[in-house]
Amino acid sequence: MVEQLKKVPTGIAGLDELTGGGLPAGRPTLVCGGPGCGKTLLATTFLVRGAVDHSEPGLLVSFDERIPDMGVNVASLGFDLPDLEARGLLATDYVHIDRQEMHETGEYDLEALFIRLNLAVNRVGARRVVLDTIDTLFAGIPNQGIVRSELRRLFGWLKDHQLTTVITAERGEGSLTRHGIEEYVSDCVILLDHRVIEDLSTRRLRIVKYRGTSHGTNEYPFLIDEQGITVLPITSLGLRHGASNESMSTGLPQLDAMLSSKGYFKGSSTLLTGGPGTGKTTIAAHFADATCRNGERCIYFSFEESASQLVRNMRSAGVDLQPWIDKGLLRCQTSRPSLGGLEMHLALMVNAVRDFRPATVIIDPLSALLAIGVGSQTAFMALRLIDYLKSHGVTALYLSLQDSEEPTSLHISSIMDTWIVVRNMRSDTDLSRRLHIVKARGMAHSNQVRRMEITNSGVRLTDLPTAREAAEGLR
Amino acid sequence: MMTPTRPSEAAEHWSLRLYVAGQTDKSLRAINNLTRICKEHLEGRYSIEVIDLLEHPQLAAGDQIIALPTLVRRLPEPIKKILGDLSNQERVLVGLDVRPRT
Repeated sequence: MVEQLKKVPTGIAGLDELTGGGLPAGRPTLVCGGPGCGKTLLATTFLVRGAVDHSEPGLLVSFDERIPDMGVNVASLGFDLPDLEARGLLATDYVHIDRQEMHETGEYDLEALFIRLNLAVNRVGARRVVLDTIDTLFAGIPNQGIVRSELRRLFGWLKDHQLTTVITAERGEGSLTRHGIEEYVSDCVILLDHRVIEDLSTRRLRIVKYRGTSHGTNEYPFLIDEQGITVLPITSLGLRHGASNESMSTGLPQLDAMLSSKGYFKGSSTLLTGGPGTGKTTIAAHFADATCRNGERCIYFSFEESASQLVRNMRSAGVDLQPWIDKGLLRCQTSRPSLGGLEMHLALMVNAVRDFRPATVIIDPLSALLAIGVGSQTAFMALRLIDYLKSHGVTALYLSLQDSEEPTSLHISSIMDTWIVVRNMRSDTDLSRRLHIVKARGMAHSNQVRRMEITNSGVRLTDLPTAREAAEGLR
Repeated sequence: MMTPTRPSEAAEHWSLRLYVAGQTDKSLRAINNLTRICKEHLEGRYSIEVIDLLEHPQLAAGDQIIALPTLVRRLPEPIKKILGDLSNQERVLVGLDVRPRT
């Protein structure tokens, strides 16, 4: 029986899922990246979450910034370092090395650093340690050979003491770290990156190495906002969602009837496609209304209309969303897709879902969101979002601007549980709409095409005369 | 002899602190080397305080000590630090800003 590698959760959304549970327990992990890439924030989050959520006191050793300055930097995330210190959940040590005042003659080692670490670890019974950033030792200590041999000893010491440690280091030219720290850390190496692609600032995370664990090798986007670090995907991609037999009303009794008299399966994904002006948003508004009527929460992500426009337009179509907004059951989150990268939007959406815990989510339209994606990542990212909502049991309705019934270019339709199409029919004399269900997994559904009308009391679906009836009518 | 650029040297007092950890060879060498150098070059003008961090670990942070042995020249200012067992007398004297007597 091989013993499984124990892992320690970082408390960073997405990172723990990506690593299958967190960082290797009792071992050092190297986090490297250039200036401003979020190393210190990641490390601090690991300590704070450990202390607050997992009763694992931490030790923060800063080689760069004074502890009060670090405290100020993370205060905006709701981390109160002085309070944690006062409660005995955090020990700190600012190790300052001034090369200016330093000379050397003869043999020495860094035993005093070990003594300081040991003292601080024992003060709070630390289980987690952060060394931020280790490069400063190389700048401060004249003899690089001593620094190297002592670092090897330090990492051994941390392991011997079963301390889960995050060591941060500066990115090097053509190598992971400027001083080759990766040589000493064999268990886990994480690389952070901050770059600008097509004028959009993008942060990415990559797990370079994780001994004894299968891990994603892609670059994953991450976001730093007032909630801290969020790494996308939040979930590992998989097909282990429990399938529900419960369903949510679409808000349209006639549409429910077409879907085995029930509506959308709870936790399922529904794609609603149609050309411009086919009434997609109105159908979505009915769904939002039905959710809130049922006393559950809904988030409406709108990328084309502001919340007030949406409410006004839907009111004219007979669906009044304002009372639900007032009651706090409906949240309209609107933004221009071009205001940030796809990654940023997805991260904001995920944060909103995590925060608001809606039963249903509407994305209007998915096509606008995907249009801002850069390169091949787009389909992958869309998949992650769909997967995230599904795995959290959120019933999602994705609107997409699309005329034809061809599978979407991103093959989104193949992973949708239900696909509804609306289209405009134009005859010589009038314009009318048609709605039909292309597929609905796991339920008997109507094959009929329905006439769809948008009245001032909402969407109405009616049966079209069958071919025989039509023929009889002509006779 | 004294040079005109350091008129106050005779009046200065060298307040030295030597940080070690236990009675290791390195520690003892550093203590012996320092005592000898001071006797030869700073007779009557120095004080040495030896701090064993194994006994007083909490004192390491105050002077920002990470290497051992470390000699701290607290006075005259500015503070200077010399890492190592002080085996090279010339370098110790330079580090302490003590002109070796000729």
